[in-house]
Amino acid sequence: MRFEALVEVRLRPGISDPQGATIERALPALGFSGVSDVRVGKSIRFSLEAPDEEAARQMSEAMTDRLLANPVIEEAEVRVL
Amino acid sequence: MSARIGVVVFPGTNCEHDVVKALDSLTRSQSPPGISRPAPALTPVPNRTPVPAASARAEIELVWHGAGSLSHLDAVVLPGGFAHGDYLRPGAIARFSKVMDAVARFAAEGGPVVGICNGFQVLTEAGLLPGALQKNSGLRFLCRSVPVRICTTRSVLTRGLAEGDRLVLPVNHFEGNYTCDVTTLDRLRAEDCIVLRYEENPNGSVDDIAGICNPQGNVVGLMPHPERACDGLTGALDGWGLLRSLLEAADRHASLPA
Repeated sequence: MRFEALVEVRLRPGISDPQGATIERALPALGFSGVSDVRVGKSIRFSLEAPDEEAARQMSEAMTDRLLANPVIEEAEVRVL
Repeated sequence: MSARIGVVVFPGTNCEHDVVKALDSLTRSQSPPGISRPAPALTPVPNRTPVPAASARAEIELVWHGAGSLSHLDAVVLPGGFAHGDYLRPGAIARFSKVMDAVARFAAEGGPVVGICNGFQVLTEAGLLPGALQKNSGLRFLCRSVPVRICTTRSVLTRGLAEGDRLVLPVNHFEGNYTCDVTTLDRLRAEDCIVLRYEENPNGSVDDIAGICNPQGNVVGLMPHPERACDGLTGALDGWGLLRSLLEAADRHASLPA
């Protein structure tokens, strides 16, 4: 079966996020006040062949652990859609 | 026996010829090209060990990323550039190259391995050095010379220098912000694995770290480019002592019993 998966990679809490900080500083200039905790990550979307949803999830998680995220600084959320 | 040094080339590597040229100069001269006097003395440090003459016999070769064995080499350099376009993360794709298995074996057997800039990023992604390099804190690509201090002489890159020596070296990176957790940082300090620190931190690196090594000292990663500071024409010579140390490490490796 064909599955769609979405992996969202973010910097771990406590790891400084200069992109997030820059966006956060820019927002008040546009009139958006009170915004905090801006974190920038990336989302990686793909389709994959697997016998069932659980197998698709396991494969996506294995791919994430080995390549898509660097566990030293990043954490990831894997979703099979 | 002549020492052999391999310079690894990934698709997108762009500093390999600079490294080859610098190492080649080292094998042929006591002082950097482009000047008619010896390299300027570094900060005087008491009890520093005199630096022996460099080998005149090292052979330097480029090694493609598909190479499966490095056992004929006496030192390996992973040069700077943008391996595989730095896509996903710098070094993330390069670490799965065939040559990286060979680099890991070579390192495990005590062979000297130095990763410069993108090479440092590859070494951290490969788990041969701890931590990670993330985007500079100022989100600017940095291209300038910065002062750094030698923090340990245990590494193959700093054996010929003295702790406290101040070098001015070029940096040229967007992702040079060394990051690791507190436990790793404590371990780096306790095991004397911090090789270089910035005097004026340009990128937000934790503890001003510009370069680290493994506990054995044979695997070193650094963001500054010593190979670009080995010729009087460039106006920078402070990389000479670092690469000379590497050449000497290769020489020692070549003289080990097989």
